Amino acid sequence: MMSEFLTGREKQIVRSGTTSEAILCAKPSLAGSVSQRACVFCGSRVVLYPISDALHLIHGPIGCAVYTWDIRGALSSGPELHRNSFSTDLQEKDVVFGGEKKLYASLIELIDRYKPKAAFVYSTCLVGVIGDDLEAVCKKVGLEKSIPVIPVQAPGFNGTKKDGYKVACEALATLVGTSDREIPKFSINILGDFNIAGELWLLLDYYRRMGIHVNATITGDGRVDAIRNAHKASLNVVQCSGSMMYLAKLMQEKYGVPFMRVSYFGLEDMSEALYGVAKFFKDKDLMIKASEIVKEEFLRIMPVIKEYKEKLQGKKAAIYVGGSFKAISLIKALRLIGVQTVVVGSQTGTSEDYELIQQLCDEGTIIVDDSNPIELSTFVKEKKADIFIGGVKERPIAYKLGLGFCDHNHERKEALAGYEGMLNFAKEIYATAMSPVWQFTR
Amino acid sequence: MLLRHTTDKIIEREALTINPAKTCQPVGAMYAALGIHGCLPHSHGSQGCCSYHRSALTRHYKEPVMAATSSFTEGTSVFGGQANLLQAIETIFTVYNPDVIAVHTTCLSETIGDDVNQICQKARTEGYVPEGKFVIHCNTPSYVGSHVTGYANMVTSMVKHFATVSTTPKNQINLVAGWCEPSDMREMKRISTQMGIKTVMFPDTSDVLDTPLTGKHEFYPSGGVTIPELVSTGDSKFTLALGSYSSEDAATLLETKCKVKFSVLDLPIGLQATDKYVMALSRASKMPVPDSITADRGRLVDMIADMHQYLYNKRVALFGDPDTLVPLTEFLLSMDMKPVYIVSGTPGKKFETAMTNLLLKKVPEAKFKNGQRADMFLLHQWIKQEPVDLLIGNSYGKYIARDENIPLVRVGFPILDRIGHSHFPIVGYQGGMGLIIKILNAILDKEDRECAEEKVELTM
Ligand code: SF4
Ligand code: SF4
Repeated sequence: MMSEFLTGREKQIVRSGTTSEAILCAKPSLAGSVSQRACVFCGSRVVLYPISDALHLIHGPIGCAVYTWDIRGALSSGPELHRNSFSTDLQEKDVVFGGEKKLYASLIELIDRYKPKAAFVYSTCLVGVIGDDLEAVCKKVGLEKSIPVIPVQAPGFNGTKKDGYKVACEALATLVGTSDREIPKFSINILGDFNIAGELWLLLDYYRRMGIHVNATITGDGRVDAIRNAHKASLNVVQCSGSMMYLAKLMQEKYGVPFMRVSYFGLEDMSEALYGVAKFFKDKDLMIKASEIVKEEFLRIMPVIKEYKEKLQGKKAAIYVGGSFKAISLIKALRLIGVQTVVVGSQTGTSEDYELIQQLCDEGTIIVDDSNPIELSTFVKEKKADIFIGGVKERPIAYKLGLGFCDHNHERKEALAGYEGMLNFAKEIYATAMSPVWQFTR
Repeated sequence: MLLRHTTDKIIEREALTINPAKTCQPVGAMYAALGIHGCLPHSHGSQGCCSYHRSALTRHYKEPVMAATSSFTEGTSVFGGQANLLQAIETIFTVYNPDVIAVHTTCLSETIGDDVNQICQKARTEGYVPEGKFVIHCNTPSYVGSHVTGYANMVTSMVKHFATVSTTPKNQINLVAGWCEPSDMREMKRISTQMGIKTVMFPDTSDVLDTPLTGKHEFYPSGGVTIPELVSTGDSKFTLALGSYSSEDAATLLETKCKVKFSVLDLPIGLQATDKYVMALSRASKMPVPDSITADRGRLVDMIADMHQYLYNKRVALFGDPDTLVPLTEFLLSMDMKPVYIVSGTPGKKFETAMTNLLLKKVPEAKFKNGQRADMFLLHQWIKQEPVDLLIGNSYGKYIARDENIPLVRVGFPILDRIGHSHFPIVGYQGGMGLIIKILNAILDKEDRECAEEKVELTM
């Protein structure tokens, strides 16, 4: 029989209410585990890729480029350059003699042809060890072509996806502050929304109705020029703390732009975000408009939500997502539609978030960091979950177990942010939890 | 236009690859390893690669795909991965308890110079591998070859580790399956069973990546070639290697190691390739071709005859892997279609030779290229210069298909946006019929939708 848990992982699993001990996280995966985690490169790539008028060139062997080709569904209202896959496709001789020449030639070719506003050049594990001087090549091309050419040093072995977010933030930081356009009074930047399924556009609409000017969107539907001017905003509104907090902190230190952490997922959190922004500007008018939006949206949405709640009451959910901050919003949103969370986990969580989760959840809820398929299946069965919320690798497992599934990751097809998103979420959970297919599995 | 950046003028590129028509070795090795029963593939490198390869296979099959990783850290990249691999082997056998661990390398572990062979040997001698369990390995640096190479390397390592000659020869034929779908492997076996021939197919991903929903997650599904079967391949009468890129190396090694003679065939896609497959089976086993198979063949020919007026002269662009593209091109030609553009990111002379032989006389204007910079961008540029009626390839074709309004028939890896490839074969006579149906549906649906109103035909 397979032993249930990897020894040495006990501290990465807790049951809420049964222990006062904090969960252990931010620990590298054990060698030999079927970890669901990705790498540094992956983290930096998913964060930067939605900047659609920039060039994204992957310096490395072909695979790293293929697996990140148009993978995220981050929508652009303009350019589509980001949906191509550009790679130096390193060969054996490049490994021996170095790939700098190839990188240089590729960059020149690309920039000449597409005239991008900036170029991001990603290094992968291989480049990390063959020792190409990415920085020097980028600098040289940048000078020759007079656009920012930014090295993204992301060899995968340097950590987890989360570390890749930081690398991405550092790359973005080199752009921020390189332009000086004046912008309207109530201006914010939206950080950490990637416009999956057009979510950002929902948010833009709310802010527009409030009378807030959105300066830069980082990075959903992102544009280089706006990012260069991002330091001009009065406030950074940061969602999904995992990926963009680092940039927010950098911008606070360097340009004195304060930041605010929000979640756009779920009605409470969405409303809090709007109120929070209004409060920040200390403007009565903004506050009034915010509450009008909230009222309007609640009136529109609550009756429908109530119907879903009645039907879903008593259903149980298991959550396994990339970051722990998202898990918190999910727990609350599920509660709103009558669904109880019985298992919560994330690939790369922070201890503060896990602590909050412990307080938030009912007694006996299992909380786990960096889990694997065997653990997850065991927990789900033990807790008799009906629905699983996770990413691409969890979906087929959930189905095999006869569970409903909702993708709250890159591959979601419906916008799940904002008020409209809550409706979509409820609809999706309902459709999957109540699907007649599950009655044929027994 | 999604690919508004593609120009119709061909620009010579010296370094850059745009929108590749291949991926990297390890995913092939992982796929092949899943075709061994009770096997856990293991990626010796950082966890990102493993995660990507699992995701790619998961998206293609909509099935759980399990594989472990050595989880390299920065330190590992300096000091080497021996400790990680040994620890991994120990962990895997205690926690996941597979029959076999199939280790493949990544660019990183190759470049830092880990000697996986020696590490696996050490694992065996130092007791990391329990009695009756196995660790096999192959090298899969992605800066050489493509995903197809990785597949071939893992298949070859199956022979290297297991095939043995005993004292009693077996009345069975080895089928080395080139890279194809579980449905195709199932169909090739069905044909040999229909002929009354005992075969050992390896790898065999049927019943591994097309499993039924039962309410249970089987970590090791019921399918896959078993270890005793793999061992017995050394005693077989003959080997058929199906697809030279992905299976010839294994067959060659089997001959060297166990003196089992072999012949290399194309994957049986289309009429002629299936004819050759059936004949080769018959020859090797001295079994006659049963009437039921002859009837299947007749039905395929009948179908082509019925519809040949709609197939005639249609210009087709194809991309994917050589082992699929070669028989597919042959099949299109046998239906009087015109394969005009063909690209494959997988390098190697054999592709060029095969395509030249097939196309030189029949479609002299055809353009084909493989290896470096034979990518979707090039294919798209060709199409922009002179359009085609049909595109055949994996899901990455959908951008071109949309931009240029060309019907796309999905064949190959990966298919991320449609289903059916793991359930319905394209090999064999029946698979050939399935393929024609897809091709015609795609072409005729478009015509019905777009032709002038007065030209809409009820009967076709
Ligand atoms: S490093 Fe190599 S093995 Fe890993 S994904 Fe990239 S190309 Fe593939
Ligand atoms: S090689 Fe490194 S950067 Fe590329 S996918 Fe693997 S872990 Fe990530």
